[in-house]
Amino acid sequence: MGIVVVSHSRTLADGVVELARTMGLGAARVEGAGGTDDGGLGTSIELLERAVAAVDDGGGVVLLADIGSSVMTARLYTEDADGAVVLADAPLVEGAVAAASAAATGGDLAAVVAAAEEAREYRKLG
Amino acid sequence: MSAAERWVRTAAERVAADAERLTRLDAAIGDGDHGHNLERGFTAAVAALPGDAPPGKVLVAAGRALVSKTGGASGPLYGTALRRAGKALGDTAEIDAAALATALRAALDGVTELGRAAQGDKTMVDALAPAVAAFEQARDDGGDLAACARAAADAAERGAEATVPLQAHKGRASYLGERSKGHMDPGAASTALLLRALADTVS
Repeated sequence: MGIVVVSHSRTLADGVVELARTMGLGAARVEGAGGTDDGGLGTSIELLERAVAAVDDGGGVVLLADIGSSVMTARLYTEDADGAVVLADAPLVEGAVAAASAAATGGDLAAVVAAAEEAREYRKLG
Repeated sequence: MSAAERWVRTAAERVAADAERLTRLDAAIGDGDHGHNLERGFTAAVAALPGDAPPGKVLVAAGRALVSKTGGASGPLYGTALRRAGKALGDTAEIDAAALATALRAALDGVTELGRAAQGDKTMVDALAPAVAAFEQARDDGGDLAACARAAADAAERGAEATVPLQAHKGRASYLGERSKGHMDPGAASTALLLRALADTVS
């Protein structure tokens, strides 16, 4: 199970990856695709491709994306993939943490996507 | 040089010339990078142009470069538009009004599927959708390729102007809520620019 964090910012992606890896107990494969090719703010489909290739162990890859072009690029990428790469409809941080936890406990692609998407419901007050 | 290649080159020149204006529009309601992102994308599209290829292949190659190099949401959106248009043209050697109508409709479908925006959301769809409709109407009225493309460009420019009072419901501008009113949508503005470039290319 692979997880890729797609963000406008390399710093943000790295931070979320760090957090998710901790929650993934070292078992979940998590990589980031943050910023543009030249390190600016934006999204690079090439960095995304590279990150997917790095985490893909044949069991599928879940993408978590932040906003705007990251969501659009991730959506476009999954269209071209053959169902083995799925964009979770989830918030970036909570979704990545939930996905990593689910992946660490042996969840398959559908279970990890479901865990990430449940993170939409996490309330912070009540 | 095919019309498609001439269009990509003209579009790249117009985008570069207008990058500051597009970026200023984006700075008002977005993140202020639209013009420069698009300039980077179209520069890559020109560099990716295959020599002596049918128009469909030219558009697919340019679209792929836009997706790769633009950086902002306009990359996947315009990239998808060009790729879908290119695929719709297939191996057609000469573009006529009927072929371009099909290609433009495919481009619009690609953009709305990927971006999930509807007309009135203050996005490029507000320029592209009326442009496609105007192109089809002009063709139904017996217009030739140049007349259809001019009708599309005119409609896109009117559509872009009409985004000024709208409140954004998609993209970064939607975070501004009411404050997004009073500014032209930069994506609609660049769509109008690209369609004017198309009209000028085939005239």
